[in-house]
Amino acid sequence: MEKKLDYMILTDEIAIPYENAYGPTWTRFFKGLKEEIIYGTRCPKCGRVLVPARSFCSRCFVETDNWVEVSQEGALISWALTEYEYFGMPTKPPFIGALIKLDGTDTNFLHLIGGIDLSDPEYVRETVKNGMKVKAVWKEEKEGHILDIKYFAPVK
Amino acid sequence: MKKDFNTLSNVIRLPHKYAAGPTFTRFYNGLKEGKIYGTICPSCKKVFVPARSYCPDCLKNLDEWVEVSQEGEVVAWAYSDREFFGMPGKPPVVIALIKLDGTDCNFLHLVGGIKMENPDEVKSVIKKGTRVRAAWNDEKRGHMLDIRYFEPVS
Amino acid sequence: MGKPVAIIGSGQTHHGRRFDVTYPELVKEAVDAVFENTGLSPDDIDGVVSGTMPSMMEGVALTHFYFADVLRSVGKPILKTETCGSTGISLAFTGYYWVASGMADLILVVGSEKMNEGDSQATMTTVLEPFYQRFFISGAPGIFSMQSQEWSVRFGIPEDKVRAAATRISLDHHNDAFDNPYAHIKKKLTEDEINNARIITYPVRLWDVCPNSDGACAMIFASEKMANKIGKKVSWVKGLGYSGEEYWFGDSDKVRWQCAIDAARQAYDMAGIKNPRKELDVAEVYNPFTFQELLFYECFGFCDFGKACDLTLQGTFSREGELPCDPSGGTLCTNPIGATGLNRVAEAALQVTGQAGDHQISGAKMALAHAMGGVDQYNGVMIIGSEK
Repeated sequence: MEKKLDYMILTDEIAIPYENAYGPTWTRFFKGLKEEIIYGTRCPKCGRVLVPARSFCSRCFVETDNWVEVSQEGALISWALTEYEYFGMPTKPPFIGALIKLDGTDTNFLHLIGGIDLSDPEYVRETVKNGMKVKAVWKEEKEGHILDIKYFAPVK
Repeated sequence: MKKDFNTLSNVIRLPHKYAAGPTFTRFYNGLKEGKIYGTICPSCKKVFVPARSYCPDCLKNLDEWVEVSQEGEVVAWAYSDREFFGMPGKPPVVIALIKLDGTDCNFLHLVGGIKMENPDEVKSVIKKGTRVRAAWNDEKRGHMLDIRYFEPVS
Repeated sequence: MGKPVAIIGSGQTHHGRRFDVTYPELVKEAVDAVFENTGLSPDDIDGVVSGTMPSMMEGVALTHFYFADVLRSVGKPILKTETCGSTGISLAFTGYYWVASGMADLILVVGSEKMNEGDSQATMTTVLEPFYQRFFISGAPGIFSMQSQEWSVRFGIPEDKVRAAATRISLDHHNDAFDNPYAHIKKKLTEDEINNARIITYPVRLWDVCPNSDGACAMIFASEKMANKIGKKVSWVKGLGYSGEEYWFGDSDKVRWQCAIDAARQAYDMAGIKNPRKELDVAEVYNPFTFQELLFYECFGFCDFGKACDLTLQGTFSREGELPCDPSGGTLCTNPIGATGLNRVAEAALQVTGQAGDHQISGAKMALAHAMGGVDQYNGVMIIGSEK
């Protein structure tokens, strides 16, 4: 039900600064990205390889300090093309958010699919298929950030 | 032993549009005209300022409006010279609870028009019970800070 | 299981863009309504539970402080719950636990949101940390599209069948909303308009998605002693279940969605339900996206996996079908996030006490209410029945 608006509206913007601690696990993971290495950790109990690297297995509740370099190739599990924009969106559209199962790992890695023309959604739907093989493409300049991997591109 | 840690700096910015509703709209319009409005509870007869749409004790809707006095007494005050990110205004500020004459709750605002380089300067002029009066901005826009501050009545 | 807990009344506000009132004034409408509905006064209440989505939605943190006057919680114990989309169900659970423990007779539970005072996607994005997931999970539509897409491909459901089923759901619910005096979106739509609406994230289109609604819902949970005293028909909490998954979106399968399956199973076990499609008379499923609603039907055992589209197209889940789902129009037509889950419980309670007015399902005695929270992370289910 919409009532006639003759009441005031106070417009404001909240800006709050943060300094989030990386901690030892993220620090080591992001150092790896700087060197074009994707690290995972293996749980000593269930044997799962978790990526990004974690400090403990959330199913077994044991520390996972067995670090492994994981494959940079894998299968596309699911994806969605985002074209709308909202305030302060960290990644600007259009982009494809995706879940990727890197070979030899047991969790799906969240990242982007790229290296294809995103201007035509029909073309995107014909080209991007669940199960297809994709591979990490790196940025030239790396800063120890999740987007040091530019995106995962289809393997020809 | 120096520990070496990294942090990720980021700022979260979120935009808002707060609905003022009929009561605050009328109160803000009053400020635009240099008036401070309150509302009276038909049940307990308390006068609330800023004007409220309901009595927090009787939970009755309040629609009896009254222009309240712009003078009153300082009930409590605090001096702040620390700046925090996104602070509305710049320090030093003196925040105060003021009991405007004829009202039944304390009005939260600022005390000003005095020397405030340090708390001692403020203490020499402002005490519990000091009478103060609203000092207005020339330009008013329907905002709580149309009242620049409350200054001591000489 | 604790002591029996009854729901003795509810109050909902009119939903929409409510710039005509401040946030606490909006909450007061729902609180006033539930007291009028039950004939109780604030002094009768032993404790209050308040809930919203991340309170940065409206730019005021920990809103239960802001609402103390309108909730009448001055001098009373108060709890706040925030579980994002499932806040409403968590509110109902908290009210239930408090009374079931025997430590209170009457608990007021209030969910609220003023989505239009902020940017909902920008606020929801803060649920993700800034190191990793925040860059890829850009708002709700992307996530739900990914989930729906994976589901339809896994079960080999042709795209046009999924589209047709989603369109049927959108059509049904948008029509249903006309019979719900509190619903937000009341829009007459055609199949054509739904199929060709603006794309949000493929395959999700404009009419497959919930609105941003302002609104509040208040309910009172009561002990058996109070329920007997109240002198009107009440409903009873028969079962509840809540389950969640890891924070990492890629860690669990969101198609055979275990936490949704488990939440329903826990609730069914407690209520003694073995065949939900037959034993439930109505289901208020949390449905901000038509495609995801199809998956919920499957996770809750209304049909086998991969079969929801077929049954939807046959009308099984429409108002005249075997198991009417969301006859109120559901979240698809009204979504004030902090209240939405509680609206589902309120609607379920109205149905089994014969108070749902124009959208009453005739003879309803057993209803399901549900809500989901986080990035496909948590699900909660409550079963409400007309008998203790």
